Amino acid sequence: MNTHPKKLLVLIGEYALEKFLIRDAKRFGAHGYTIADVRGGGSHGTREADWEGSRSIRMEVICDPEVASAISEHVLRNYCANYSVSMYVTDVAVLRPEKF
Amino acid sequence: MRLDPVILFFLLGFAARFWDSDLKLPEALYETLSIYLLLAIGLKGGVELAKHPMGTVLPQAAAAMAMGACLPLLAYPALRHLGRLNGFDAASIAGHYGSVSVVTFAVGVSFLVKREVAFEEYMPLFVALMEVPGIVVGILLARMTGSAAAPAVLARPAIQWGALAHEIFLGKSVVLLGGGLAIGWFAGPSGLEPMSPLFFGLFKGVLALFLLEMGLVAAARIGDFRRAGPFLIGFGVITPVLFGAIGVLVGRATGLSVGGATLLGVLAASASYIAAPAAMRIAIPEANPTLSIVTALGVTFPFNLTLGIPLYHEIARRLIFP
Repeated sequence: MNTHPKKLLVLIGEYALEKFLIRDAKRFGAHGYTIADVRGGGSHGTREADWEGSRSIRMEVICDPEVASAISEHVLRNYCANYSVSMYVTDVAVLRPEKF
Repeated sequence: MRLDPVILFFLLGFAARFWDSDLKLPEALYETLSIYLLLAIGLKGGVELAKHPMGTVLPQAAAAMAMGACLPLLAYPALRHLGRLNGFDAASIAGHYGSVSVVTFAVGVSFLVKREVAFEEYMPLFVALMEVPGIVVGILLARMTGSAAAPAVLARPAIQWGALAHEIFLGKSVVLLGGGLAIGWFAGPSGLEPMSPLFFGLFKGVLALFLLEMGLVAAARIGDFRRAGPFLIGFGVITPVLFGAIGVLVGRATGLSVGGATLLGVLAASASYIAAPAAMRIAIPEANPTLSIVTALGVTFPFNLTLGIPLYHEIARRLIFP
Protein backbone atom coordinates (compact mmCIF):
# COMPACT_ATOMS: atom_id res chain seq x y z
CA MET A 1 0.00 0.00 0.00
CA ASN A 2 1.45 3.32 -1.10
CA THR A 3 0.49 6.05 1.42
CA HIS A 4 1.27 9.73 1.73
CA PRO A 5 1.51 11.78 4.95
CA LYS A 6 -1.09 14.51 5.61
CA LYS A 7 -2.51 16.29 8.65
CA LEU A 8 -5.97 15.72 10.07
CA LEU A 9 -7.25 18.92 11.71
CA VAL A 10 -10.27 18.38 13.95
CA LEU A 11 -12.33 21.34 15.20
CA ILE A 12 -15.14 20.85 17.71
CA GLY A 13 -17.24 23.94 18.28
CA GLU A 14 -20.58 25.67 18.45
CA TYR A 15 -22.94 25.24 15.53
CA ALA A 16 -22.99 29.05 15.15
CA LEU A 17 -19.44 28.83 13.80
CA GLU A 18 -20.17 26.27 11.08
CA LYS A 19 -20.61 28.67 8.17
CA PHE A 20 -17.53 30.64 9.15
CA LEU A 21 -15.36 27.56 9.64
CA ILE A 22 -16.29 26.18 6.23
CA ARG A 23 -15.56 29.50 4.56
CA ASP A 24 -12.23 29.89 6.38
CA ALA A 25 -11.11 26.32 5.68
CA LYS A 26 -11.70 26.79 1.95
CA ARG A 27 -10.04 30.18 1.96
CA PHE A 28 -6.87 28.77 3.51
CA GLY A 29 -6.65 26.02 0.92
CA ALA A 30 -8.51 22.99 2.28
CA HIS A 31 -9.93 20.85 -0.52
CA GLY A 32 -12.69 19.31 1.51
CA TYR A 33 -14.19 18.83 4.96
CA THR A 34 -16.53 16.55 6.89
CA ILE A 35 -18.95 17.80 9.53
CA ALA A 36 -20.92 15.82 12.11
CA ASP A 37 -23.38 16.93 14.78
CA VAL A 38 -22.03 16.10 18.23
CA ARG A 39 -22.69 16.85 21.88
CA GLY A 40 -20.45 17.13 24.89
CA GLY A 41 -19.24 19.31 27.73
CA GLY A 42 -16.21 21.19 28.98
CA SER A 43 -15.09 24.40 30.63
CA HIS A 44 -17.90 26.36 28.91
CA GLY A 45 -20.60 24.02 30.28
CA THR A 46 -22.47 21.16 28.64
CA ARG A 47 -23.90 21.36 25.13
CA GLU A 48 -26.57 18.70 24.83
CA ALA A 49 -27.86 19.49 21.34
CA ASP A 50 -31.42 19.42 22.68
CA TRP A 51 -32.40 22.63 20.88
CA GLU A 52 -30.85 25.00 18.38
CA GLY A 53 -28.96 27.03 20.98
CA SER A 54 -26.93 24.06 22.19
CA ARG A 55 -25.90 22.40 18.93
CA SER A 56 -22.26 21.57 18.37
CA ILE A 57 -20.34 20.30 15.39
CA ARG A 58 -17.12 18.39 14.76
CA MET A 59 -15.35 19.40 11.59
CA GLU A 60 -12.55 17.30 10.12
CA VAL A 61 -10.17 18.58 7.48
CA ILE A 62 -7.44 16.49 5.90
CA CYS A 63 -4.84 18.79 4.39
CA ASP A 64 -1.19 19.79 4.09
CA PRO A 65 0.61 20.89 7.28
CA GLU A 66 0.75 24.55 6.14
CA VAL A 67 -2.99 24.63 5.52
CA ALA A 68 -3.74 23.03 8.90
CA SER A 69 -1.54 25.55 10.62
CA ALA A 70 -3.10 28.52 8.74
CA ILE A 71 -6.64 27.41 9.61
CA SER A 72 -5.87 26.67 13.24
CA GLU A 73 -4.05 29.97 13.77
CA HIS A 74 -6.96 31.86 12.24
CA VAL A 75 -9.43 30.03 14.48
CA LEU A 76 -7.29 30.66 17.57
CA ARG A 77 -7.05 34.35 16.77
CA ASN A 78 -10.66 34.99 15.82
CA TYR A 79 -12.94 32.58 17.62
CA CYS A 80 -11.31 30.97 20.63
CA ALA A 81 -11.69 34.01 22.90
CA ASN A 82 -15.47 34.02 22.73
CA TYR A 83 -16.66 30.66 21.44
CA SER A 84 -16.34 27.12 22.77
CA VAL A 85 -13.80 25.51 20.45
CA SER A 86 -11.57 22.45 20.81
CA MET A 87 -8.92 21.76 18.22
CA TYR A 88 -6.32 19.11 17.60
CA VAL A 89 -4.08 17.93 14.78
CA THR A 90 -2.90 14.40 14.09
CA ASP A 91 -0.85 12.71 11.42
CA VAL A 92 -2.74 10.63 8.92
CA ALA A 93 -1.79 8.65 5.82
CA VAL A 94 -3.85 8.94 2.65
CA LEU A 95 -3.87 6.93 -0.55
CA ARG A 96 -4.63 9.73 -3.01
CA PRO A 97 -2.61 12.83 -2.02
CA GLU A 98 -4.00 15.00 -4.84
CA LYS A 99 -7.47 14.79 -3.24
CA PHE A 100 -6.36 16.65 -0.11
CA MET B 1 -60.19 28.11 35.92
CA ARG B 2 -58.35 24.93 34.99
CA LEU B 3 -54.90 25.13 33.43
CA ASP B 4 -54.76 24.72 29.68
CA PRO B 5 -53.63 21.11 29.06
CA VAL B 6 -50.78 22.32 26.81
CA ILE B 7 -49.27 23.91 29.94
CA LEU B 8 -49.52 20.54 31.67
CA PHE B 9 -47.38 19.06 28.88
CA PHE B 10 -44.81 21.77 29.55
CA LEU B 11 -44.88 21.02 33.28
CA LEU B 12 -44.53 17.29 32.56
CA GLY B 13 -41.39 17.93 30.49
CA PHE B 14 -40.07 20.31 33.13
CA ALA B 15 -40.64 17.80 35.96
CA ALA B 16 -39.19 14.91 33.95
CA ARG B 17 -35.95 16.79 33.38
CA PHE B 18 -35.89 18.20 36.90
CA TRP B 19 -35.98 14.69 38.37
CA ASP B 20 -33.47 13.41 35.84
CA SER B 21 -35.75 11.17 33.82
CA ASP B 22 -34.17 9.63 30.74
CA LEU B 23 -36.96 11.15 28.60
CA LYS B 24 -35.44 12.87 25.61
CA LEU B 25 -37.01 14.00 22.33
CA PRO B 26 -34.77 13.64 19.30
CA GLU B 27 -33.39 16.95 18.07
CA ALA B 28 -34.82 16.23 14.61
CA LEU B 29 -38.31 16.06 16.11
CA TYR B 30 -37.78 19.36 17.92
CA GLU B 31 -36.75 20.89 14.60
CA THR B 32 -39.74 19.38 12.75
CA LEU B 33 -42.24 20.54 15.35
CA SER B 34 -40.85 24.07 15.40
CA ILE B 35 -41.00 24.29 11.58
CA TYR B 36 -44.61 23.09 11.70
CA LEU B 37 -45.62 25.60 14.37
CA LEU B 38 -43.99 28.56 12.64
CA LEU B 39 -45.62 27.69 9.30
CA ALA B 40 -49.04 26.97 10.79
CA ILE B 41 -49.08 30.22 12.76
CA GLY B 42 -48.00 32.15 9.66
CA LEU B 43 -50.62 30.50 7.42
CA LYS B 44 -53.43 31.22 9.84
CA GLY B 45 -52.39 34.85 10.15
CA GLY B 46 -52.07 35.21 6.37
CA VAL B 47 -55.60 33.96 5.75
CA GLU B 48 -56.98 36.41 8.31
CA LEU B 49 -54.81 39.26 7.07
CA ALA B 50 -56.45 39.06 3.63
CA LYS B 51 -59.82 39.80 5.27
CA HIS B 52 -58.75 43.10 6.83
CA PRO B 53 -58.10 46.47 5.19
CA MET B 54 -54.42 47.40 5.22
CA GLY B 55 -55.39 50.87 6.45
CA THR B 56 -56.30 49.37 9.86
CA VAL B 57 -53.50 46.83 10.07
CA LEU B 58 -50.49 48.86 8.97
CA PRO B 59 -50.54 51.53 11.73
CA GLN B 60 -50.92 48.79 14.34
CA ALA B 61 -48.09 46.80 12.77
CA ALA B 62 -45.86 49.89 12.71
CA ALA B 63 -46.63 50.56 16.38
CA ALA B 64 -45.81 46.94 17.28
CA MET B 65 -42.46 47.16 15.47
CA ALA B 66 -41.62 50.50 17.07
CA MET B 67 -42.43 49.02 20.47
CA GLY B 68 -40.15 46.04 19.77
CA ALA B 69 -37.33 48.47 18.95
CA CYS B 70 -37.91 50.57 22.11
CA LEU B 71 -38.13 47.74 24.67
CA PRO B 72 -34.38 46.97 24.63
CA LEU B 73 -33.71 50.64 25.33
CA LEU B 74 -35.66 50.24 28.57
CA ALA B 75 -34.06 46.93 29.50
CA TYR B 76 -30.48 47.94 28.78
CA PRO B 77 -29.99 50.63 31.47
CA ALA B 78 -31.52 48.34 34.10
CA LEU B 79 -29.18 45.50 33.16
CA ARG B 80 -26.16 47.77 32.99
CA HIS B 81 -26.69 49.90 36.11
CA LEU B 82 -28.87 47.82 38.44
CA GLY B 83 -27.50 44.46 37.36
CA ARG B 84 -23.94 45.75 36.87
CA LEU B 85 -23.55 43.62 33.74
CA ASN B 86 -20.95 44.49 31.14
CA GLY B 87 -22.11 46.28 27.97
CA PHE B 88 -22.07 43.16 25.80
CA ASP B 89 -24.14 41.02 28.14
CA ALA B 90 -26.59 43.85 28.84
CA ALA B 91 -27.07 44.58 25.12
CA SER B 92 -27.49 40.91 24.22
CA ILE B 93 -30.08 40.27 26.94
CA ALA B 94 -31.89 43.52 26.06
CA GLY B 95 -32.08 42.35 22.43
CA HIS B 96 -33.58 38.99 23.47
CA TYR B 97 -36.34 40.84 25.36
CA GLY B 98 -37.04 43.21 22.47
CA SER B 99 -37.62 40.24 20.17
CA VAL B 100 -40.47 37.78 20.70
CA SER B 101 -41.20 34.13 21.46
CA VAL B 102 -43.53 32.53 18.93
CA VAL B 103 -44.49 29.67 21.21
CA THR B 104 -45.45 32.03 24.04
CA PHE B 105 -47.69 33.77 21.50
CA ALA B 106 -49.25 30.45 20.46
CA VAL B 107 -49.99 29.62 24.10
CA GLY B 108 -51.50 33.11 24.52
CA VAL B 109 -53.80 32.46 21.55
CA SER B 110 -54.77 29.11 23.02
CA PHE B 111 -55.54 30.82 26.36
CA LEU B 112 -57.87 33.34 24.69
CA VAL B 113 -59.59 30.72 22.52
CA LYS B 114 -60.28 28.58 25.59
CA ARG B 115 -61.91 31.56 27.33
CA GLU B 116 -63.75 32.56 24.16
CA VAL B 117 -62.14 35.99 24.11
CA ALA B 118 -62.11 37.49 20.59
CA PHE B 119 -58.85 38.89 19.18
CA GLU B 120 -57.55 40.21 15.86
CA GLU B 121 -56.64 36.98 14.07
CA TYR B 122 -54.05 38.65 11.84
CA MET B 123 -51.76 39.10 14.84
CA PRO B 124 -49.17 36.56 13.58
CA LEU B 125 -48.13 39.41 11.27
CA PHE B 126 -47.00 41.30 14.36
CA VAL B 127 -45.05 38.26 15.56
CA ALA B 128 -43.12 38.16 12.28
CA LEU B 129 -42.52 41.91 12.34
CA MET B 130 -41.46 42.04 15.99
CA GLU B 131 -38.77 39.34 15.69
CA VAL B 132 -36.17 41.58 14.12
CA PRO B 133 -36.24 45.20 15.47
CA GLY B 134 -35.36 44.29 19.05
CA ILE B 135 -32.40 42.19 17.90
CA VAL B 136 -31.07 45.00 15.71
CA VAL B 137 -31.36 47.53 18.54
CA GLY B 138 -29.60 45.11 20.89
CA ILE B 139 -26.72 44.77 18.44
CA LEU B 140 -26.47 48.54 17.99
CA LEU B 141 -26.40 49.00 21.77
CA ALA B 142 -23.48 46.57 21.96
CA ARG B 143 -21.65 48.41 19.18
CA MET B 144 -22.15 51.82 20.74
CA THR B 145 -21.41 51.14 24.37
CA GLY B 146 -19.73 47.76 24.46
CA SER B 147 -16.63 48.67 22.49
CA ALA B 148 -15.43 50.99 25.24
CA ALA B 149 -15.49 48.08 27.67
CA ALA B 150 -13.53 45.70 25.43
CA PRO B 151 -10.07 44.87 26.71
CA ALA B 152 -7.63 46.32 24.20
CA VAL B 153 -5.45 43.21 24.20
CA LEU B 154 -8.13 41.14 22.50
CA ALA B 155 -7.89 41.40 18.74
CA ARG B 156 -11.40 42.28 17.73
CA PRO B 157 -12.45 40.80 14.38
CA ALA B 158 -14.45 43.22 12.23
CA ILE B 159 -18.16 42.53 12.36
CA GLN B 160 -19.42 40.78 9.24
CA TRP B 161 -22.57 42.77 8.48
CA GLY B 162 -23.48 40.69 5.44
CA ALA B 163 -23.45 37.41 7.34
CA LEU B 164 -25.27 39.08 10.21
CA ALA B 165 -28.07 40.53 8.08
CA HIS B 166 -28.40 37.09 6.48
CA GLU B 167 -28.70 35.46 9.90
CA ILE B 168 -31.30 37.96 11.12
CA PHE B 169 -33.54 38.30 8.08
CA LEU B 170 -33.19 34.76 6.72
CA GLY B 171 -33.29 32.94 10.04
CA LYS B 172 -35.80 30.11 10.00
CA SER B 173 -38.37 31.84 12.19
CA VAL B 174 -38.61 34.93 9.99
CA VAL B 175 -38.61 32.86 6.77
CA LEU B 176 -41.28 30.42 7.93
CA LEU B 177 -43.55 32.95 9.65
CA GLY B 178 -43.22 35.46 6.82
CA GLY B 179 -43.50 32.73 4.17
CA GLY B 180 -46.55 31.24 5.87
CA LEU B 181 -48.19 34.68 6.06
CA ALA B 182 -47.56 35.25 2.36
CA ILE B 183 -48.82 31.80 1.32
CA GLY B 184 -51.91 32.12 3.54
CA TRP B 185 -52.60 35.59 2.18
CA PHE B 186 -52.29 34.50 -1.47
CA ALA B 187 -54.06 31.16 -1.14
CA GLY B 188 -56.97 32.34 1.00
CA PRO B 189 -59.21 30.04 3.04
CA SER B 190 -60.39 28.00 0.04
CA GLY B 191 -56.83 27.43 -1.21
CA LEU B 192 -55.70 26.17 2.19
CA GLU B 193 -58.77 24.01 2.75
CA PRO B 194 -57.08 20.75 1.65
CA MET B 195 -54.22 21.40 4.10
CA SER B 196 -56.34 22.55 6.98
CA PRO B 197 -56.55 19.14 8.73
CA LEU B 198 -52.74 19.16 8.97
CA PHE B 199 -51.99 22.80 9.68
CA PHE B 200 -55.04 23.80 11.71
CA GLY B 201 -56.63 20.54 12.89
CA LEU B 202 -53.47 19.09 14.44
CA PHE B 203 -52.13 22.39 15.73
CA LYS B 204 -53.00 22.02 19.40
CA GLY B 205 -51.58 18.49 19.60
CA VAL B 206 -48.32 19.54 18.00
CA LEU B 207 -48.11 22.54 20.32
CA ALA B 208 -48.53 20.15 23.27
CA LEU B 209 -45.68 17.92 22.03
CA PHE B 210 -43.47 20.93 21.43
CA LEU B 211 -44.16 22.23 24.92
CA LEU B 212 -43.23 18.85 26.37
CA GLU B 213 -39.85 19.28 24.68
CA MET B 214 -39.60 22.92 25.78
CA GLY B 215 -40.23 21.80 29.36
CA LEU B 216 -37.22 19.50 29.09
CA VAL B 217 -35.09 22.25 27.55
CA ALA B 218 -36.18 24.93 30.06
CA ALA B 219 -35.54 22.69 33.07
CA ALA B 220 -32.06 21.91 31.75
CA ARG B 221 -31.24 25.61 32.28
CA ILE B 222 -31.82 25.38 36.05
CA GLY B 223 -28.26 24.16 36.45
CA ASP B 224 -27.09 27.55 35.20
CA PHE B 225 -29.19 29.62 37.65
CA ARG B 226 -26.21 30.02 39.95
CA ARG B 227 -24.15 31.50 37.14
CA ALA B 228 -26.94 33.96 36.26
CA GLY B 229 -27.34 35.17 39.85
CA PRO B 230 -30.37 36.56 41.68
CA PHE B 231 -30.51 39.82 39.71
CA LEU B 232 -31.12 38.13 36.36
CA ILE B 233 -33.66 35.72 37.83
CA GLY B 234 -35.59 38.71 39.24
CA PHE B 235 -35.13 40.53 35.94
CA GLY B 236 -36.65 37.53 34.13
CA VAL B 237 -39.86 37.89 36.15
CA ILE B 238 -40.21 41.67 36.60
CA THR B 239 -39.36 42.67 33.01
CA PRO B 240 -42.12 40.63 31.36
CA VAL B 241 -44.71 42.09 33.75
CA LEU B 242 -43.65 45.68 32.98
CA PHE B 243 -43.26 45.02 29.25
CA GLY B 244 -46.56 43.10 29.18
CA ALA B 245 -48.36 46.13 30.62
CA ILE B 246 -46.66 48.39 28.05
CA GLY B 247 -47.77 46.02 25.26
CA VAL B 248 -51.38 46.07 26.47
CA LEU B 249 -51.28 49.89 26.61
CA VAL B 250 -49.87 50.15 23.08
CA GLY B 251 -52.55 47.69 21.94
CA ARG B 252 -55.27 49.85 23.43
CA ALA B 253 -53.78 53.04 21.95
CA THR B 254 -53.72 51.50 18.47
CA GLY B 255 -57.32 50.33 18.65
CA LEU B 256 -56.90 46.59 19.32
CA SER B 257 -59.62 44.69 21.19
CA VAL B 258 -59.09 43.36 24.74
CA GLY B 259 -57.95 40.03 23.28
CA GLY B 260 -55.65 41.70 20.74
CA ALA B 261 -54.14 43.98 23.37
CA THR B 262 -53.58 40.95 25.62
CA LEU B 263 -51.67 39.27 22.81
CA LEU B 264 -49.59 42.37 22.13
CA GLY B 265 -48.84 42.35 25.86
CA VAL B 266 -47.80 38.68 25.58
CA LEU B 267 -45.50 39.54 22.65
CA ALA B 268 -43.94 42.48 24.49
CA ALA B 269 -43.44 40.33 27.60
CA SER B 270 -41.90 37.39 25.75
CA ALA B 271 -38.20 36.97 25.07
CA SER B 272 -36.84 35.33 21.93
CA TYR B 273 -34.99 32.04 22.20
CA ILE B 274 -34.87 31.02 18.53
CA ALA B 275 -33.94 34.05 16.42
CA ALA B 276 -32.14 36.15 19.02
CA PRO B 277 -29.63 33.63 20.43
CA ALA B 278 -28.46 32.68 16.92
CA ALA B 279 -28.10 36.30 15.79
CA MET B 280 -26.47 37.48 19.04
CA ARG B 281 -23.92 34.67 18.98
CA ILE B 282 -22.62 36.07 15.70
CA ALA B 283 -23.18 39.78 16.32
CA ILE B 284 -22.01 40.00 19.95
CA PRO B 285 -19.66 37.04 20.46
CA GLU B 286 -18.31 38.66 23.65
CA ALA B 287 -21.68 38.27 25.37
CA ASN B 288 -22.02 35.16 27.51
CA PRO B 289 -24.89 33.20 25.90
CA THR B 290 -25.59 31.33 29.14
CA LEU B 291 -26.86 34.52 30.80
CA SER B 292 -29.39 35.46 28.13
CA ILE B 293 -30.60 31.89 27.66
CA VAL B 294 -31.09 31.17 31.36
CA THR B 295 -33.04 34.40 31.72
CA ALA B 296 -35.15 34.12 28.55
CA LEU B 297 -35.70 30.37 28.50
CA GLY B 298 -35.19 29.28 32.10
CA VAL B 299 -37.11 32.09 33.82
CA THR B 300 -39.24 34.28 31.52
CA PHE B 301 -40.61 31.53 29.28
CA PRO B 302 -41.99 29.33 32.10
CA PHE B 303 -43.21 32.44 33.95
CA ASN B 304 -45.14 33.72 30.92
CA LEU B 305 -46.67 30.33 30.17
CA THR B 306 -47.98 29.72 33.66
CA LEU B 307 -48.59 33.10 35.34
CA GLY B 308 -47.76 35.82 32.84
CA ILE B 309 -50.39 35.24 30.15
CA PRO B 310 -53.35 35.17 32.59
CA LEU B 311 -51.85 38.23 34.31
CA TYR B 312 -51.58 40.26 31.08
CA HIS B 313 -55.17 39.36 30.28
CA GLU B 314 -56.27 40.59 33.71
CA ILE B 315 -54.23 43.79 33.26
CA ALA B 316 -55.99 44.31 29.91
CA ARG B 317 -59.46 43.49 31.25
CA ARG B 318 -59.39 45.33 34.58
CA LEU B 319 -56.91 48.17 34.30
CA ILE B 320 -56.71 49.17 30.69
CA PHE B 321 -60.18 48.29 29.34
CA PRO B 322 -62.25 48.75 32.52
